[in-house]
Amino acid sequence: MEDKSDLKYSPKDFKSDQEVRWCPGCGNHAILASIQKALSELGVPKEKYVFVSGIGCSSRLPYYMNTYGFHGIHGRAAAIATGVKTVNPDLSVWVITGDGDSLAIGGNHFIHAIRRNIDINIILFNNEIYGLTKGQYSPTSNKGLVTKTSPFGTVEEPFSVGELVIGAKGKFFARTVDNNINLTTEILVEAARHKGTSVVEVLQNCVIFNDGIHDVVAGKDVRDDRTIILRHGEPMLFGKDRKSGLILEGLKLKVVRIGEKGIKEKDILVHNAHEPNPGIHYFLANMRYPEYPVALGVIRSVEGETYEAAVAEQIKRVKEKSEIKCVDDLLESGTVFVVE
Amino acid sequence: MGRKPQFIEKDEVVIRFSGDSGDGMQLTGTLFSDTAALYGNDLATFPDYPAEIRAPQGTVGGVSGFTVHLGHSEVNTPGDYADVLVAMNPAAIKANAQWLKEGSTIIYDSDSFTESNIRKAGYITDPIKEENLQDYNVIAAPITSMVKEALKNFGLDPKSVLRTKNMFALGMVYWMFDRKLSYTEDYCDRKFKNRPEIAEANKIALRAGYYYAETIEALTPVRINPAPIEKGKYRNINGNTATAWGFIAAAEKAGLKLFVGSYPITPATGILEELAARKDLGVISFQGEDEIAGICSAIGASFAGCLAVTSTSGPGLALKTEGIGLAVMAELPLVIVDVQRGGPSTGLPTKTEQADLMQALFGRNGECPVVVLAASTPTDCFHYAYQAAKIAIEHMTSVLLLSDSYLANGSEPWHIPKMSELPDIKPPYARKENEPYIPYKRDEKRLNRYWAIPGTPGMEHRIGGLEKTIKGTVSYVPENHEYMIKMRDEKVKRVTEKIPPLNVYGDETGDLLLVGWGSTYGHMLTSVKELREEGYNVSLACFNYIYPLPSNVRDVFSKFKKIAVCEINLGQFANYLRMNFQQFHFYQINKVQGLPFTVKEIKENSIKLLEIK
Repeated sequence: MEDKSDLKYSPKDFKSDQEVRWCPGCGNHAILASIQKALSELGVPKEKYVFVSGIGCSSRLPYYMNTYGFHGIHGRAAAIATGVKTVNPDLSVWVITGDGDSLAIGGNHFIHAIRRNIDINIILFNNEIYGLTKGQYSPTSNKGLVTKTSPFGTVEEPFSVGELVIGAKGKFFARTVDNNINLTTEILVEAARHKGTSVVEVLQNCVIFNDGIHDVVAGKDVRDDRTIILRHGEPMLFGKDRKSGLILEGLKLKVVRIGEKGIKEKDILVHNAHEPNPGIHYFLANMRYPEYPVALGVIRSVEGETYEAAVAEQIKRVKEKSEIKCVDDLLESGTVFVVE
Repeated sequence: MGRKPQFIEKDEVVIRFSGDSGDGMQLTGTLFSDTAALYGNDLATFPDYPAEIRAPQGTVGGVSGFTVHLGHSEVNTPGDYADVLVAMNPAAIKANAQWLKEGSTIIYDSDSFTESNIRKAGYITDPIKEENLQDYNVIAAPITSMVKEALKNFGLDPKSVLRTKNMFALGMVYWMFDRKLSYTEDYCDRKFKNRPEIAEANKIALRAGYYYAETIEALTPVRINPAPIEKGKYRNINGNTATAWGFIAAAEKAGLKLFVGSYPITPATGILEELAARKDLGVISFQGEDEIAGICSAIGASFAGCLAVTSTSGPGLALKTEGIGLAVMAELPLVIVDVQRGGPSTGLPTKTEQADLMQALFGRNGECPVVVLAASTPTDCFHYAYQAAKIAIEHMTSVLLLSDSYLANGSEPWHIPKMSELPDIKPPYARKENEPYIPYKRDEKRLNRYWAIPGTPGMEHRIGGLEKTIKGTVSYVPENHEYMIKMRDEKVKRVTEKIPPLNVYGDETGDLLLVGWGSTYGHMLTSVKELREEGYNVSLACFNYIYPLPSNVRDVFSKFKKIAVCEINLGQFANYLRMNFQQFHFYQINKVQGLPFTVKEIKENSIKLLEIK
C-alpha cells in the first residue's frame, strides 16, 4: 500500500450518494463518521480502499462509503476480504462486521483470518444483540439477557472479543466506544497502519433492541472512572482525577489509588502494546466492570509476517527456481512421448 | 534381456493390479500405464480404492485396485473384465473373481495365501478352487520369499524388503507384455534420490520378477503393438491434473492471475494440490478453513480481478450453495468444480457417481442460474476447464464444471495442445469512456456487466448480495427485482450462442439414440461401436453443455425412434430432458453402485429396449 501523505482528502470525500438508513440514534452513525475521518487522514488513494461486509446492521456500511465495496453474505466477510487482499496486497481492505456476523455464523472465518495474520482491518460493531432480525441474543449477550429468543434469560456464557482474538494468535486488538469519535478515529488510523490482521471492537449502542447496554461503563458521566484508555508507553492511569491505576499483583491485575497505601505513580504499569507475549494483553482485554475499568485503546499491537506477503514471497522464490515459465513449458514437462 | 519365445499378438488387453491398500498397487498400475503410453499404446486407467488409508489388512474392504486397458487401436474405457489379474493376497481374488474374463491369467503371491489370510478373505481352504478358477492360467508365485531371497544380502530392514513385492509383480507383468524396465528404473532413481539403497532394492526386485516370469515358462508373452495415433507429443494425464491445467492455461490466455480457494475433499483434492504446486506459474492457492471460505475467498479474488476457481465434491458443493448465490448476484466470473462422488451425505467418498446434477442445476435459493458443463474423459477435463473459465470471464457469470471420481483418477494419453491453438479469452473490463461507471450496465449482445477492478481510479462502486438497480443502489422495487432476475436469466441463456451443437456418433437417424452426459461417454462409445458392428441401428449423443443446452437438441432427438438416457444415478438427466422436451419419450438405463457402467450392461439394456414394440 503506498502512503502518499500529499493526498488531501476530507471525510466527505468518502461519503457515497446513498441515503444512510440506520435508525436515528444508532451508534453506527458515529462509527461511520469516525471511519470517514480516519480515511481522510491515512494518505491512501481513495481507489485503493475496499470495504467488505457480511450481514447485519453494521454490514450496510460499505454502501455509505464512496470506495470499492462488497456487501457479502452472513459471516463470510473475512473470507471474502482474504481473497481480495491475497491477490492484491496493494489494496487497503476493511471488514465491517458485528457480534452476530463474526462471532456466531462467521466465527470460523474470523479466527482463521486472525491466525493467518492477513493484513485486513476488522471493525467489529458489538451491540450484544441481533438488530437486523429485530432483537435476539448474540454470542456477546450477557448471561441472563432477556430477548425475543431468550424470554427467560440466556443460559449461555458470552464470548469476550479480545479473549477470542488473542486466543486465535491475534497480533492487533483495540477497543473503543461508538460515541467517542476522536478515540475511534485515532484507533482506526493505528489499526490501518498496522501490518497484519487488526481487530477493533467498537462498543456500539443499538437504540432499539439493546439501548444503553454499554452505558454502565461508557456513559458520559461514568466513563472516566469505569474505562481506561491505554496508549503504548504511557502509565495505565484512569479516573476523573487520573489517580486510579493498574498494578500487577501476583498473576492478577489490581486497581490502586495513587497516594493510598504508599502507591506512587512509578508503581503503575506502563502499557507495552508491542510485547509479543500476550499474557498481560489478555488480562487487559478481559477487564470487566465493576472489578476493573474496561480497557479502551490499542491493547495489543505486535509485528509479524503477514499472510499475503508470505504468499507473494513464496511464489517469487518458486518462480526464480523453476524451469517452467509458461503453460507451454508446463504441458511439456515430465514424461512426454513423441509419436512420429 | 535373454531369449524371447514366440509372441502372441493381441489387439487389446485389460490388466488389473490388486492388493492391500498398503501394497502399492496404485503406483504399480501408474508405472505400467506410463510405460505403455511411452511405447505408444492407447490406454485408459481406473484406480479403485477404499476411503480408509490403511483398511484392515487382508480384508476385502481393504483391497485397492488399479486397472489398465491398453490397445493397438482406440481405447475408450478401462475395460470391464480383466485378461490378467495380479493378486497380492486372497482378498484380491475375492474382490476380483467376478471381473475376470474366462480363461484369464491370475498371478498371485502364494506366500500370502496363509490360513489366516484365506479366512480373512472369506474362504475356507483354497480361494482358486472355491472360486472355480482352476482352469484359468493360474501362476502361484512365491513373491514374498523371492524378494526376501533376492535382497537377503542387501542389509535392508524386513519391512523395506517387503515393500518391494509390488515391483517383483510389476517385473513379471513387464516380461509378459514385452516391455522395457528403463522407465520404472529411472522412476526409482528419481523417487529415492536420497535413499539410493531403496532405489536399488526396488530395481533388483523388478528385475527378479522379470527373470522369474521368463524362467517359469508358464506365461505366454503377449505383444500389443503401438496404436496408430495422430503424430505429435503426448503425455499421460488424469482428470484432476487436466482440470487444474485447463484453468492455468485459461488464466494465461486471459492475462489474469489465477486464484484457487478450496478445502480438501476426496476426490477433488488433486485439483487443489496441483494448483498449489504451480507457484512457478504464479497460481495463488488458498486452503480455506472450510468449503465456504474456499468459495468466498474466490469471490473476493474475482472482485479484485482474478480468474477465481473453487473445487470441491458433492457435500462441499452443498456447503458452497449460498456462496454461488452471491457470485450470481454479484455477476462476477467464478468457476466451481464439483468432482462428483457417491452420495448422499458422506456416501461413498472414493467411488464415482453422477448424482449431483440436480444440485448443480437447481440447488440454490431464488432464481439462480449458472452455466453447467460436464467433462467426458480425463483428458477433456482440460478443454472443459478452459471453456468454463472462458465462459465465466467473458459472460461475467458463475460456471459449474462437473467431473467425477472416475475422470478425476482415471488417466489416458493426451495429445498435448499448444497455447497458440487455444481460443482467445477477453475479459470485459469497464472502460474509461463509460464513466461514470455503472455496475450493472450490460453489453447489448451478451448481457454481461463490465468488470471494474478495485484500485482503478474513478470506478469506485458497491456490489453484493442484495437486489440492486442498474446503478448498484439497493432496491426493493418489485418491477426492478423482476427485471434483474430476467436479465441474469437471459444472460446465462445467451451462452447457447457460444457453444457447439450436440454431435451424433453414428447415423443421424435410427432405431435408438443412446444419450449420456459427462463421464459415461467412453463406455457408451464402445457400446455403440460394438452394437453397430453387430448390425444394430444405434447412435450416441453425449452432452458436455448441460445448461444452457445446445440449440440443436430437438432436431437430433426427433430423428430417432427411441431415446434412452444412460447415467450413473436414478435418472436426473432424463428428468431434466423431460422438463425441456416434453414431446419425446425417454427410456432410462441407470446404475448407482459407485462404479461406471460396463459395456456389457449398456449393450444388453440397449438390445432389450430395441426389442420393445
